[in-house]
Amino acid sequence: MHIVIIGNGISGITAARFIRKMSDYRITVISSETTYFFSRTALMYIYMGHMKYEHTKPYEDWFWKKNRIDLIKGRVNSINFSKKQLTIDDAKLVTYDKLIIATGSKSNKFGWPGQDLDGVQGLYSFQDLQTLEKNAPNKNICKHAVIVGGGLIGIELAEMLHTRNIPVTFLVRESSFWNGVLPEGESAMINRHILNHHIDLRLNSNLQEIKSKDNQRASSIIIKETQEEITCDLVGLTAGVSPNVDFLKNSDLELGRGVLVNRRLETNIRDVYAIGDCAEQRVSVDQRRPIEAVWYTGKIMGETVAYTICGQPRDYAPGHWFNSAKFFDIEYQTYGWVFAKPREGEKHFHWRHDDDTKCITICTEEATGKFLGINAFGIRMRHDIFDTWLDEEKTTDFVVANLSRANFDPEFYRTFERDISTAYQREFSTTA
Amino acid sequence: MDIIQRDMSLTGQPPVNLSVIQKLATVLGISGLGILTLAAFQNNVASSKPLFIFALLAIFIGILIFSYDTYRNKLPGIKNDGVWLHSLTNRGLWGWIAGIILTGFYVVLYFYPSYLGLNNDGSNTGLIAFFDPLSIALSGNPASQWFVYGTLYTIAILAFGIKFIWKYRHNRYEKLRTLSVMFFQTAFAFIIPELMARLNSDSFSLPYYDLKNIWPLNYYNFEQYRIDGFISAGDVGLALLFFGLISIFIVTPILTYKYGKRWYCSWVCGCGGLAETAGDAFRQLSDKSLFAWRVERYVIYSVLVFVIVMTAAVVSSYLGADTSKYWLTKDVFLLGVALLLTLIFALIFYFKREALTKDAKFGAIGYLVIILTLIGLHYSSGKSLFIFEAESLRSTYGFLIGSIFSGVIGTGFYPVFGNRVWCRMGCPMAAILGIQQKLFSQFRITSNGSQCISCGNCSTYCEMGIDVRWYAQRGQDIVRASCVGCGICSAVCPRGVLRLENASDVNTRATVQRALHIDESGVRVIG
Repeated sequence: MHIVIIGNGISGITAARFIRKMSDYRITVISSETTYFFSRTALMYIYMGHMKYEHTKPYEDWFWKKNRIDLIKGRVNSINFSKKQLTIDDAKLVTYDKLIIATGSKSNKFGWPGQDLDGVQGLYSFQDLQTLEKNAPNKNICKHAVIVGGGLIGIELAEMLHTRNIPVTFLVRESSFWNGVLPEGESAMINRHILNHHIDLRLNSNLQEIKSKDNQRASSIIIKETQEEITCDLVGLTAGVSPNVDFLKNSDLELGRGVLVNRRLETNIRDVYAIGDCAEQRVSVDQRRPIEAVWYTGKIMGETVAYTICGQPRDYAPGHWFNSAKFFDIEYQTYGWVFAKPREGEKHFHWRHDDDTKCITICTEEATGKFLGINAFGIRMRHDIFDTWLDEEKTTDFVVANLSRANFDPEFYRTFERDISTAYQREFSTTA
Repeated sequence: MDIIQRDMSLTGQPPVNLSVIQKLATVLGISGLGILTLAAFQNNVASSKPLFIFALLAIFIGILIFSYDTYRNKLPGIKNDGVWLHSLTNRGLWGWIAGIILTGFYVVLYFYPSYLGLNNDGSNTGLIAFFDPLSIALSGNPASQWFVYGTLYTIAILAFGIKFIWKYRHNRYEKLRTLSVMFFQTAFAFIIPELMARLNSDSFSLPYYDLKNIWPLNYYNFEQYRIDGFISAGDVGLALLFFGLISIFIVTPILTYKYGKRWYCSWVCGCGGLAETAGDAFRQLSDKSLFAWRVERYVIYSVLVFVIVMTAAVVSSYLGADTSKYWLTKDVFLLGVALLLTLIFALIFYFKREALTKDAKFGAIGYLVIILTLIGLHYSSGKSLFIFEAESLRSTYGFLIGSIFSGVIGTGFYPVFGNRVWCRMGCPMAAILGIQQKLFSQFRITSNGSQCISCGNCSTYCEMGIDVRWYAQRGQDIVRASCVGCGICSAVCPRGVLRLENASDVNTRATVQRALHIDESGVRVIG
């Protein structure tokens, strides 16, 4: 049995590792990005000088040979599903018995005029990082940068450029940073934190076009709302990502925005599976989006598909929602569901510390008082505790009263549970 | 892959560039060092008290201004921007230059102190004479090369300690820990021993004693001249000798059980203190490979066996055979050591067999070597062990381990091998604490469920070369003999995954995996 995996990101590599743990199948992983698996989420730290590329590799290079996982560096051009054969770099043919597609994402471009000019780029792949190193090595070559798109990658790119003293204008379409996801109080706090880092944050601002003096390199952009022209040497396009599945178009494989899969991560073609960012669930799991570009869901999908391929079929069941991120110096963790605005029958409790770097929002089901989720900024929380509390359907009263058990900040840190509890009692003095 | 790195180091953009203030601060600091260098060669410089004060202040204030300017415009948070872009901290040209200069200093200090102005007969000259006024003020005696070293060492820990506190001003664990090493260095290593020397007279002669320096780090603590000194100093001396014994046999196991070896290695110890402050800029240079870990275990436990053998040989060489004179004879001592070690090994093997796995073999070999040594000592007469003189064992240990390993390589090579090479590979004290931490301690680093994104910051900034990420990404708590509990992995983690903790589940500490995994009942986080 020969298992071929396209893509050596976290999903594909997790699948390979777990198939190896459970079987003796021949495993081949193909990637055009890098020979060895590295942590994509760490790309920013390479540019910032916190790490080198080699530090972002979670396994030493000997690991793959030792575990008999063959690595091929090359780009899959096409797949012949009926012959179970793929073409790599227009030359090499590889046949498979089972195929796992784990090709990840690509940066979104929304047809902006000038979006394909030099000096315009996204930030997703290792190649993007190399391009960035050419486009913006320092503030002399890159005198000003414009970032388009206020999401997680956008704020990372702003932080990266800031470490090299490159002035940044940050165009955010929404009225407040990431407020499609974050509740108002949190989003507003992050706006202020971005400004404190001297980033020129422009809310309610869309990109109209990217202009070029020489028709080759980007030289300025126009903001749609104000018609303001901003001179720049780099335009970062960070308006989200979408599944990297263009090479699969015009094949028998059923695509939506990504590769359509069922809960077993099977596609419409026998022996072909899709996992990670490129997979699209036909029916969403719980309240999750059908396409999840999240590190840990890629991991779970990789593990799930490995079980299925090794004869112990499992449904993709990622459990309670959680996630984390970091906005400059402020860490963010979320457990359960806290939507930007309370939905029907939900209420939010928001607490913010005076220093404007810490806050939490707790979402509660109004009728029952059931705890639905928490967002924590600047305070670390325990995953296993919240997972248990969500399992046990605890009330928010219980969660607030026991919050110190979930605290994961380093020893000797100041704690805020009492402040939070007092504020909570004041706002909802129902059980007090 | 490495093209991009080369591009980076050539451009010299911020954060690699120095600001004007940083350049001036560098000039100030270098001028202080320059005066000290000059003093080594020029006797007339060496007699100027104001110049001496200026030199020390220039170094101290130079470091402070440099650090202040580094962090003053930054919000509290992680400050590793450009660490791998700067040639001083990425093992580049400046790193090697700094390494060679530091190494050179250690070679002169340990082996050619006469170049620093130490004269066996007559008064000091050169650099050491330059430090005489301060030494006389403290202890009443003229300076030695060790006084010069101790003063510079203390200045380094204080100045770079303040830098470290600025760097981690958002992190109370780091701030308290750094204040602690600054205090122990200044009080226990520097001032108290000098003041103790004031008590000495012809009939009362306490040996120089840094109370926090515990055998076997302080491998010479039970040598004859020190024992004689302790005994000659009456009750105070005996109390100190007693303190030396209980600190390794009683205090150490209790504190390590409760808090892990960090209570010593990153809160108290002087070697650790320097590594955490002056050496902080080089922590990322430690080798994280599996190969390095293997080397580490061979080397550090060999040093431990060596120091036990050496100390047993040295102590037995001055103990008598006549029980009527004193109860502690050579044979009683040897038998006592053998029984103690057998007891320790028996307990470990009985209670902790599973925890040892492959290491059990090495433990057994080490034990066998020591027991054979003790038997050898019993049958050898006078001052030798088999064919070795006890004294030559001691001087070999002192040369190879005490000087070359801990000083020249351990500190001199900070900018090349990282700041904890000695602590990781060589320190026998760390080896003992490490065994305790691995087998009987409440300490661990907790991994927070499934939040790890395998970015690698924790492993990169682990000064002990622990591949922290390997554990964190599988949601496993970290229990490693070498971990000194500096807390930096937890600090640099962008997703709040790691926490240093003490808790009572000692035996199952390292076995639980909290990451999301598939089991019989589906995917779940194991709590």
